[in-house]
Amino acid sequence: MWIKAGLFPLLLSYVLAMVLMVMPLPAFLEPWRPDWLSLVIIYWLLAIPHRVGFGTVLILGLLADILMGSVFGIYAIALLLIAYPTVRHYQRIRNYSLTQQALIVGLLVLVKRAVVYELEHVLNDAVFLLPYLYPVISSAIIWPWIYLVMRKYRRRHLIR
Amino acid sequence: MQSLFERGPSLRTRLVLSLAIAGSLLFLDHRLNTMQPVRSFMTSLVAPIQYLAILPEELLDRLVYLSTTRTALREENYRLQEELLELEMAVQRLNFLENENDRLRQLLGSEVRQASRRMVAEVVAVATDPFSHQLVINKGSANGVYDGQPVLDNRGIVGQITSVGHNTARVLLISDQSHAVLLRAERNDIRVLAKGTGDLALLELLYIPHSTELIEGDILLSSGLGGVFPEGYPVAMIDSIDRDEDRPYAKVLVRPFAELDRVRTLLLLWPANASEEPVYDDEVPDVD
Repeated sequence: MWIKAGLFPLLLSYVLAMVLMVMPLPAFLEPWRPDWLSLVIIYWLLAIPHRVGFGTVLILGLLADILMGSVFGIYAIALLLIAYPTVRHYQRIRNYSLTQQALIVGLLVLVKRAVVYELEHVLNDAVFLLPYLYPVISSAIIWPWIYLVMRKYRRRHLIR
Repeated sequence: MQSLFERGPSLRTRLVLSLAIAGSLLFLDHRLNTMQPVRSFMTSLVAPIQYLAILPEELLDRLVYLSTTRTALREENYRLQEELLELEMAVQRLNFLENENDRLRQLLGSEVRQASRRMVAEVVAVATDPFSHQLVINKGSANGVYDGQPVLDNRGIVGQITSVGHNTARVLLISDQSHAVLLRAERNDIRVLAKGTGDLALLELLYIPHSTELIEGDILLSSGLGGVFPEGYPVAMIDSIDRDEDRPYAKVLVRPFAELDRVRTLLLLWPANASEEPVYDDEVPDVD
């Protein structure tokens, strides 16, 4: 069988992350929307790095570019750049406490947003706005819950 | 579990390889603009995600609608009828003025303004990236939507179409940092250029001298000079003027009439000189 166990739940989690990424929110919540796609990708990279690799990240990044309407490749490059340290140090990050993990995740999301901003700045003359970094905080805060929920999800659907 | 030693190329090689792919796509898309067919194909591919994203909101709306009481509906109906009556009276007057205007323009020998056609579209997704203020609507090339088409809501101009898929299209809002629109003041016809700031509720006027006659509260209309937006639609009101002499120009902030942060229903406009024709699904095309 070429379909490995748990492929559909895995794909479903990506789709869900992308749906949450573009879901309309009330205006006051909008700047605080966590970076769902990065969180889900980071989780899978930590949990099953032998299965979710740069290829997956690349494809998801390109789909995110289409969804956000940015130039092809911006999100892909940013996500790849945070995927590298995650895969490089997954064994260490896995053993951290949830608080430490949350800090690492916050840092990764910060790097991702900085890369996206820099590319947008170079290509489209984007101007920096502070609210762009609010999701760094909200992503770090929500990470422990994401981690626990995703672990439960992974175990129930035997994704390994 | 995987073995202790990695097989295949090293992690860094794989990273460099994927980065090279993403980088070349970026180059192809941004510098050479050759990715348009791929983009429109992928836009159709991700359309289900966008439709899924508004599903909860639609369900909630439906639920709210189902739970409204008879009295509430009757009250709303009554209110709407009142409103319709008022609007009908206004339209009578408008038709008369339009005819008169056409006649006078003919007398002057200038071109008579053509009526434009319109279509209602629903917002299906928002892009949350503050560097690109965009919306996705549920009408695409199948409905005759074209690149650069003006988009309005019931208060004023919202933006223009930037890319078209089969059943969806992307609207660039006037508040996007890369968007600028030519306006003129209603009171004294001063021409101004309004650029998006990345803030949904603020635009900035460029190159305004300190001695400008504009005052706070002035209403700005589209001037029709850019070739995208038709003339005379309300766009924004002047919010603040900072005449700080240290800066080369006065800093003028304006507030768009369209509520860009909560648009749900939009109006697509086909000006008389549009290259495409609207294709209506099932609704009766409105004649005017």
